[in-house]
Amino acid sequence: MNAREEILGRIRTALGPDRPAPAEVRRDYRLADGRPPGDPALLDLLIDRLEDYKASVVRCAPPDVAVTVAGALRGALGEHSPAGVVVAPGVPSGWRPDGAVEDDGRPAVALAEHAATLTGVSVAIAETGTLVLDGSPLSGRRALSLLPDCLVCVVEAAQVVGSVPEGLARLDPLAPLTMISGPSATSDIELQRVEGVHGPRTLVVVLVG
Amino acid sequence: MTAVFLGIPTAPPGVGHLRGDRSFPDAARDSLRDGQLRANLGHATATIRGKRAAVVGEVPDWAELREAGRAIKAATMARLDEHLIALEEQVTARGGTVHWARDATEANAIVTRLVQATGADEVVKVKSMATQEIGLNEALEAAGIAAHETDLAELIVQLGEDTPSHILVPAIHKNRAEIREIFLRTMPGVDPELPDDPRRLAMAARAHLRERFLRARVAISGANFAVAETGTLAVVESEGNGRMCLTLPQTLITVMGIEKVVPTWRDLEVYLQLLPRSSTGERMNPYTSLWAGVTPGDGPQDFHLVLVDNGRTAVLADEVGREALHCIRCSACLNVCPVYERAGGHAYGSVYPGPIGAVLSPQLTGVEDNASLPYASSLCGACYDVCPVAIDIPSILVHLRAEHVEAQTRTTPEALAFRALSTAMSHPRLWRLAQRAAGLGRFLARGRPTLPATLPPPASRWTRSRDLPTPPAETFTQAWAREHGG
Amino acid sequence: MRVALFATCLVDTMVPQVARATAVLLQRLGHEVVVPPGQSCCGQMHVNTGYRREAVPVVANHVRAFAGAEAIVAPSGSCVASIHHQQAAVARRAGEHALADEAAALAERTYELSQFLVDVLGVTDVGAYYPHRVTYHPTCHSLRMLKVGDRPLRLLRAVRGLDLVELPAADQCCGFGGTFAVKNAETSTAMLTDKMANVLSTHAEVCTAGDASCLMHIGGGLSRLRSGTRTVHLAEILASTEDAVSPHQATTPAVSA
Repeated sequence: MNAREEILGRIRTALGPDRPAPAEVRRDYRLADGRPPGDPALLDLLIDRLEDYKASVVRCAPPDVAVTVAGALRGALGEHSPAGVVVAPGVPSGWRPDGAVEDDGRPAVALAEHAATLTGVSVAIAETGTLVLDGSPLSGRRALSLLPDCLVCVVEAAQVVGSVPEGLARLDPLAPLTMISGPSATSDIELQRVEGVHGPRTLVVVLVG
Repeated sequence: MTAVFLGIPTAPPGVGHLRGDRSFPDAARDSLRDGQLRANLGHATATIRGKRAAVVGEVPDWAELREAGRAIKAATMARLDEHLIALEEQVTARGGTVHWARDATEANAIVTRLVQATGADEVVKVKSMATQEIGLNEALEAAGIAAHETDLAELIVQLGEDTPSHILVPAIHKNRAEIREIFLRTMPGVDPELPDDPRRLAMAARAHLRERFLRARVAISGANFAVAETGTLAVVESEGNGRMCLTLPQTLITVMGIEKVVPTWRDLEVYLQLLPRSSTGERMNPYTSLWAGVTPGDGPQDFHLVLVDNGRTAVLADEVGREALHCIRCSACLNVCPVYERAGGHAYGSVYPGPIGAVLSPQLTGVEDNASLPYASSLCGACYDVCPVAIDIPSILVHLRAEHVEAQTRTTPEALAFRALSTAMSHPRLWRLAQRAAGLGRFLARGRPTLPATLPPPASRWTRSRDLPTPPAETFTQAWAREHGG
Repeated sequence: MRVALFATCLVDTMVPQVARATAVLLQRLGHEVVVPPGQSCCGQMHVNTGYRREAVPVVANHVRAFAGAEAIVAPSGSCVASIHHQQAAVARRAGEHALADEAAALAERTYELSQFLVDVLGVTDVGAYYPHRVTYHPTCHSLRMLKVGDRPLRLLRAVRGLDLVELPAADQCCGFGGTFAVKNAETSTAMLTDKMANVLSTHAEVCTAGDASCLMHIGGGLSRLRSGTRTVHLAEILASTEDAVSPHQATTPAVSA
């Protein structure tokens, strides 16, 4: 008997011939926050949560995204080469800082040579301060938001939901998903939180609207 | 019904890290005397207890989430075979390959073979309890493959030639000065002036691992969850080392205990709320990676999922004990356990320490191979209170004590005593005589209010550090009967 | 009300004054107290040490001894928790379904002292007088299995003359744990040491609790250290009045040095 059949057989033996019907799972926890996506209070909550985990947040109106992104990059990187910034292919031209290069599918490790990345997001969850990137052209492939040391994410107000269940309901379970809550961090030394280990050490969120 | 009776094998000896070489009281004796360890653990567990309490307190529906978390796991176990088959179908349909391993030896062989097929002689690893359990690093090493741990704490443990002592924070027993010493001693090219500031230590680890991530061709991970209906796998982490491993290498091998499957995508909406708050005391951990099979142009193009039994089906056969399979490895029970806080993780002799380890390890190995663990608890119940999936750990501990007692083929002095006591306590007249005999203990006290501190064993194990009151001449029930004409 | 008093094996044999105090208190509150003579033990020690088969006759004896009782009160959270959570289960596992049903029915009428006073009798001021500085240790089974909450504290706050001081890290186990105290004596002692440090930091004269077993542990440690702080069961404090301050309640440690 192969391992698969044997393990399945053991499970059937363990559960016995008259296995009880599984009890129904009651989902009487909060399925929704109650506030609609983009509600001003949700935006405030998102900002509070992001800042609590040492992300920086700047807000702007829709026409000012590129200017705001450029300002944020200057703040994070100082004077820098424009070509040091790589953007996800689906990022609208109206968001891109001058001189930024587009991710063209080069070998993933080559992305490490860039100083910063600009992407959009798929959804943001206010209660936990979480951004979700879904591998779409707007979010970019996973290595893009990982290797450069500074990550700038543009979040549109309508993408901001309140709770984790609302956030997951908007996602495609088959997509390569990355949920990001603040910059990379560790608490492995004396439980003291240190931001920035292997992932981007700087996370800037540009909240539009 | 027990697994022994049904003939379901437990985790084999001689491979992996589920058995200690000493009993818990013996191993604890050393750690109790280690003042540095005690200070490190006391500080760390108190810190994380406070963080957890704060972020759990801000969730108004915690009780409902906890109950849903429990119920999903119970329902999953009741149809575990069906969910695993569905998971296999989905992963395969999305370009992954699924392997089944009866035990640690088989799992190690599968992973070794897969790595060898790539031609690589090194792998990068995401922190994973399953691979610790089966002793994968040792197996790879024996095959000439270097396994690099990339989680900061696992790196500290690996460089220090130490063993993990906590599920979430494996180097919790080390302080910053000890970690600095390990880095100075073992990291090639490290700045000799490296200070013991946690930030600078973390940056040293970043520099040490960066190049390894960029050159790695094979990564090995565990999984926190695997969704049967979609084939989605989830790894929850903080540092980004997980993302490096899950994203950059060409080949990804994920090793997962069969109990990690959850039926539906929606189930994650429960666990992604319960797990981070219970484990690191964060509203959400910095990074959660989710993937289904292979995505062209994004991440590993060769994905293998190894499903490991290694005693889990034997646990499943125990109607009381199977609840231990619900564990999501958050380690909240370790952080609140007064025994863990003082004895430390190494005293448990298994990769699974603390209260959950005390119920999981003996079941995975068979209780006789970890017979002291079910007793390594005062049954205070703090673990049950904080468990995000409401595992009744104290009840399972008591159940396993009984399994151990009932497995004895020879009569122990303790068993004789308890049987005699049972007979006395179920016959009032005998009980009165036994109480009167106990009362005679007062003659040892020779008029003093406490008994001598040098009683013979087993009483000495009490009186070595605690006084015992001198028994009174008359029990309450005797006096009452005398006064009320009973 | 006619109250059947379950002294518990430990109190009956080792600290009879706790059962006496419980009886005196209930009588003072106007209730009739009976002490069923056939009583011995709830079976908890057997169950928790792994002797669940051997516990069954002990449970049967308990059920026999208290058959027909209207309300049963015990000065022990741990024993009452065992009656509520373990007795029926071990009987059922042994196939003794009739016994299990009887035990479950009896558990419905069995109360820990502070719960009986507050929930059943509806009193928090029992008319006690106890002019001492006291700290309260909420024992694990009272706290987590029976969920007695702040009932003991409400009772203590109503005691005249009593100076109640908060115990730091009160919810931490004292390290008793039944046979844990001998099977893992050194870990148990390490836990006890921290508990004693917290008790002593309050500068209380008396550490009280609703469980004589935990008190015997804490008191045994405090006595060994000659700390001068003594342990006194909650029932003894509540039984104490200006007219009837018996010597062992007011002046002598429960476990004296």
